[in-house]
Amino acid sequence: MQPLVFSPTPNPTLFSVEGIVGIIFLLTVALVIFGALVAVNSHRLVRAVSGLAICFTGLAGVYYFLLSPFLAMMQLLIYVGAVSILIAFGIMMSTPEQQDLPGNKHISKLAGPLGCSVGALFFAGFSVLGLNTQWQVFPRPENASGDIEAVGKVLLTTHSMVFELISIVLLLAIIGALVLARRGRN
Amino acid sequence: MVLLNLYNCLQTYLVLGALLFGFGVYGLIVRRTIIGMLISSEFILAAASTNFMAFNRFLAPDPTIGQIFTLFIMAIAAAEASIAISIVIAVYRNYKSIDVEDLGDLQG
Repeated sequence: MQPLVFSPTPNPTLFSVEGIVGIIFLLTVALVIFGALVAVNSHRLVRAVSGLAICFTGLAGVYYFLLSPFLAMMQLLIYVGAVSILIAFGIMMSTPEQQDLPGNKHISKLAGPLGCSVGALFFAGFSVLGLNTQWQVFPRPENASGDIEAVGKVLLTTHSMVFELISIVLLLAIIGALVLARRGRN
Repeated sequence: MVLLNLYNCLQTYLVLGALLFGFGVYGLIVRRTIIGMLISSEFILAAASTNFMAFNRFLAPDPTIGQIFTLFIMAIAAAEASIAISIVIAVYRNYKSIDVEDLGDLQG
């Protein structure tokens, strides 16, 4: 296993510029993990949605560290701004308070250890797979860039067919959501 | 400190993606309401997005292709969330509950 380190200084000190960037990255990852823990473990669904928003805010920071500020902005806009709010409205329109409390039904006794072990198994398996694989780095051409301009050009030339298809999917989702939510209203 | 240089390392992002996937699977099994399961499935999609972005940053010859994939995943996730929420509202209108155990009879 060789770590793929591209940094000019492989071991930055704590108070250099790279060190502060590293601290910010660690805080971002901590935000992701904290949000995921809150979203998965809390009994109240409103808190779970708050955890989802926190986790996706941290994930936007992770995308920023992966050299894509456009995707970070899209993550904030779509997930934090739209999907979380949509789920929050769904909760407000459908659940009475404290719907997900444990103990009053009979399957929940087995579900906790089973879910914990299966999730830990997936995490361990994928982690070992990612850490032990010899990843092959493909050489990147000199003029290759990943900024917004390049993304826009590729989206409208190479991937224009998928772009049109995804717009059709979104249109169908809008119409389908309207039809489904309207059915049964008297 | 090696710990401060983690953001330049592919394996960090892969482990983070695996962690999100594990949380998603755990939530899918443990949650008993439809909305809780929907939230957990968002984590699985986020794990896939994180992996695509990491491979895009470190390995791929074209630095835009992973971002395109992640954009499409976001669009699909938005469509999926809207459909699922409308299904939840329709189900709640019929059953007065979104607990998956109360939704046993599907024949109408």
